[in-house]
Amino acid sequence: MSTASITIGHASSERPPLVETLHQWVTTVDHKRLGVLYILYALIFLVFGGIEATIMRIQLIRPHNDFVSPEVFNRMFTMHGTTMIFFAAMPIVFGFANYLVPLMVGARDMAFPRLNAFSFWLSAFGGFLLYFSFLGGDGLYGAGNAPDVGWFAYAPLTSQTFSLGHSTDFWILAVFVSGLGSMGTAINIVATVLCMRCPGMTLGKMPLLAWLNLVMGGLVILSMSPLTAAQLMLLIDRYLGGHFFDAQAGGSAVLWMHFFWIFGHPEVYVLAIPAFAFASEIIPVFSRKAIFGYPVMVAATLAIGFISMSVWAHHMFTVGMTAAGNTFFVLSTMAIAVPTGIKIFNWLATMWGGKIQFRTPMLFCVAFLFQFLIAGLTGIMLSAAPFDWQLSGSYFVVAHFHYVIVGGILFTVFGAFYYWFPKMSGRMYNEALGKLHFWLFAIGFHLTFDFMHIPGLLGMPRRIYTYEPGRGWDIWNLIVTIGVFFQAAGTLVFLGNLLWSKWRGVAAGSDPWDAWTLEWSTASPPPAYNFAVLPEVRSRRPLWDLKHPEDPDWHYE
Amino acid sequence: MSAFSIPVPEHQPQWNLPARGPVAMYCLIAAEAAIFTIFVVAYIFYVGKSATGPQPATVLHAPIFLTVCLLSSSLTIHIAVRSLRKGNVRRFAWWWCGTVVLGGIFLAGTAREWRHLIYQDGLTIQTNLFGTTYYSLVGLHAFHVVMGLGALTLVLAFAIHGDVRPEHSERTEVLSMYWHFVDAVWVVVFTVVYIIGR
Amino acid sequence: MRIIKNTVPIFYTAAAAWANPASQPLSPTNIFAPASTPADNISALSFLVLAVTGAIFLTVLCLLLYAIVRFREKPTSGLGEPAQVYGSTQVELAWTVIPVLVIVVLFLATVRVIASIQNATPPPGAVEVSVIGHQYWWEYHYAHSNVVTANELHVPVSNPAHPTPTFLTLLSADTDHSFWVPRLAGKTDLIPNHPNSTWIDPHETGLYLGQCAQYCGVEHAKMLLRVYVQTRDQFDHWLAQQSRPAVASDAVDAGRRTFESIACVNCHTIRGTAAVGKFGPDLTHLMSRDTIGAGAALNTPANLRRWIQNPNALKPGCLMPAMGLSDSQLDAVTAYMEALR
Repeated sequence: MSTASITIGHASSERPPLVETLHQWVTTVDHKRLGVLYILYALIFLVFGGIEATIMRIQLIRPHNDFVSPEVFNRMFTMHGTTMIFFAAMPIVFGFANYLVPLMVGARDMAFPRLNAFSFWLSAFGGFLLYFSFLGGDGLYGAGNAPDVGWFAYAPLTSQTFSLGHSTDFWILAVFVSGLGSMGTAINIVATVLCMRCPGMTLGKMPLLAWLNLVMGGLVILSMSPLTAAQLMLLIDRYLGGHFFDAQAGGSAVLWMHFFWIFGHPEVYVLAIPAFAFASEIIPVFSRKAIFGYPVMVAATLAIGFISMSVWAHHMFTVGMTAAGNTFFVLSTMAIAVPTGIKIFNWLATMWGGKIQFRTPMLFCVAFLFQFLIAGLTGIMLSAAPFDWQLSGSYFVVAHFHYVIVGGILFTVFGAFYYWFPKMSGRMYNEALGKLHFWLFAIGFHLTFDFMHIPGLLGMPRRIYTYEPGRGWDIWNLIVTIGVFFQAAGTLVFLGNLLWSKWRGVAAGSDPWDAWTLEWSTASPPPAYNFAVLPEVRSRRPLWDLKHPEDPDWHYE
Repeated sequence: MSAFSIPVPEHQPQWNLPARGPVAMYCLIAAEAAIFTIFVVAYIFYVGKSATGPQPATVLHAPIFLTVCLLSSSLTIHIAVRSLRKGNVRRFAWWWCGTVVLGGIFLAGTAREWRHLIYQDGLTIQTNLFGTTYYSLVGLHAFHVVMGLGALTLVLAFAIHGDVRPEHSERTEVLSMYWHFVDAVWVVVFTVVYIIGR
Repeated sequence: MRIIKNTVPIFYTAAAAWANPASQPLSPTNIFAPASTPADNISALSFLVLAVTGAIFLTVLCLLLYAIVRFREKPTSGLGEPAQVYGSTQVELAWTVIPVLVIVVLFLATVRVIASIQNATPPPGAVEVSVIGHQYWWEYHYAHSNVVTANELHVPVSNPAHPTPTFLTLLSADTDHSFWVPRLAGKTDLIPNHPNSTWIDPHETGLYLGQCAQYCGVEHAKMLLRVYVQTRDQFDHWLAQQSRPAVASDAVDAGRRTFESIACVNCHTIRGTAAVGKFGPDLTHLMSRDTIGAGAALNTPANLRRWIQNPNALKPGCLMPAMGLSDSQLDAVTAYMEALR
């Protein structure tokens, strides 16, 4: 066996003119740059969505408040949901997938770099289109404004009769266009994982992140399309006089619900599965142990992906399906709890017997375990349909899904930021600020979303711009609102840390965490071509094998 | 400056992965199949529910000739691609051209059928549930035929100009997968609309 | 500053409720204070689910806490990596089988409750009401009688030994709504062109609160529900009263003529007069209701006058327009409304 020595020099310290730098970024087809663009884009929209949430929470801090009008409040919750799902969470997920998947499978770039760029700009345009609606202002009797039909846009509220002007059209078109971009990225991810792996990396030797993004890509391909189809139908109803959801002509409002949730439920797994991927990479490294039960983790993810396409009507338990229909969806929803629970146990077992280092990425992932456990358990409560008949459409559900998306997904995303920031920027973030961010955000998260369950149990519906005093909801709403400010503070610390560290952070080197997957074998940030020489891949942890030649993984796998 | 020592293995093992073109096309086909499934479900759900207006049994006549044309175009495109793989560019161009012609006949026939439905039978997308679901489903399929024909015509133009060579056979094969998908969707649409739905 | 000043009293109220639960119930819409069979069954199921999920939570939490304490890196941990464990078939089998068993138990319990609620049929003596949801009010038609009223539902109390439940058929005139009175039953949606059915059999008389639980437009938040559960005698008396046409004295004739000449009659019905509009609530016995505007305000003369003058002042976005009445017209019409007992 011969060895090759490679020295990676850094580019000259001459910085090109700003215009040229911008031009490079706008025309790039490099998966790493597109990944960063997705992530920065998502951070901007995360802040917009956060502002919308803050406005809502101030309005709800006490009963009969008049901070904003009902029209504005209704636009806030619609824009908050749409922004967070389509223009914050999905771009973050695609951004990390774009950056990491080719690196982790030892490829030079994604399978289709130009499609990659096109998909990004298409999705980005969708976000701009949605926010352009705010500029429409009060034309058309105030209906040229931002959409106010809720992020799932139930029919017939979205028909021309009940949604005058173009506000709903902004929703339809923005989400439609970004959906096309999402499909392009998903195709790219699937093709990259299946066709671009480096020699020796069989599917059974891929990092879990690659597997989980493969499943996520498959889910996007199958589940985004029903939403696209439903939106086409809605456009036909609104502009061509169609009757898909027109009750007067015999159309069915329930049909929209089915189509939307056939998209909507797998969508949350599209967001959650990459979150699982981050946890599956970070927890082993900071526990200093291999992931426990790799084959079952893969199998459980495939099961989750598969079952997730059959649970959608648990969002419709109150709609009046037959007892048999309700029963089926209870069963499928309870069933999906099994592989999900297995994953939690596997992560726990990875930590068990390890040497846990509580650096910032690990703090976020441990909190994820705690919070995702609770989120899953409230999900089981909601899966019991009669219980759901009380809890659906109330603040209990709002608390549940924020527990999943913020407490589960956003926490692992923060962990992923801290974990891969050294690789992406070449600098270490400030650890003290990282921990401050964690504690501020965790306190705020629990103040807001733990206590949010209670008004739901006490009968408070969602999407109301104000509420009656004397229902017992007042104190809980107050506490929920207070938590928002802690989360905002934590987020500001996070953004400040990123900015400061990018320019002033200590050089990170190629492998600051002593980790084991391929991306840590190249420079930080990686050169445009990713790898000059690829390590031999004989197991799931190629760098572990290099660092421990006396005890490589492939003895045991 | 960072230095690295990485062992270079002497033998590179045999490493064959699927080609990315076909994989991407299969993914696109899966996504499109999902869209069509939703429109088909809506069509089936609303069968028999139109309270007024023309009904399928009275105005629909199964377009057998058009179907034969479209399905034959699958055969012609298959022969074209096979010819190109064998190196016969001229034969490829002729059979490819045949595919485009057959696709064009299908579209023209559909347009003729629609003109009759609209002006003679009074069925539009606004008329009733049948009109809405029929034009949406058949129209979505026709839209995909148009897209496919556009791509096929572009390749035909390349072929006439002499730019197509045998090493492009994989790309034409990927395009032909899309065309086969469009034909397969027609089989489903035909069955649902002209057989089951009547 | 104003926000802080206005929110401090909330702490006092909450503290009082916690300190003395008997004097101040936690909430009139508490799902864990059921007063009717469907809500009872749901509450019982929910305690089972909470117990099971609570046990799972405590177990996993203890394991997690133990792991992060016991296996954290300490200065005495020494160099080198810990033993690498790649999996364990027995352990993984165990934590697959046990959750499956838990799910089976929860599923069977759930199916029973679904059947008990959804498969119920109206016994003889049941009251039947059609509920029609509108933007942003509730319309009630009592079957087998000519009673049509709005927003405040009256039902008889039900004796578990001889149940007299009320079965509600749920319809919608426009968008989706949802009928939710937490202490009486789970919510069921009102969807246009899709009749639904729900039932309640309240065991105790009293007033039960709720509100629309499916976003239906601008004033979704103010589409409140009031269910008055009365003794059989009280209910029969109320029903008989409601079925009578409006009786208004000559003193309010001016108001009646104003009402009938301006567009009010296009939307509202007052039985026994020329007003037969169906778009808005039936006003025949308006004064028998405690609130107006589906709970937007208490039914006082001042509020009523304010409502008629400009409904959007009390409920911005509601579909009743301000008719631009002069002061004297307003006084007359309000007086007429006040006479509709």
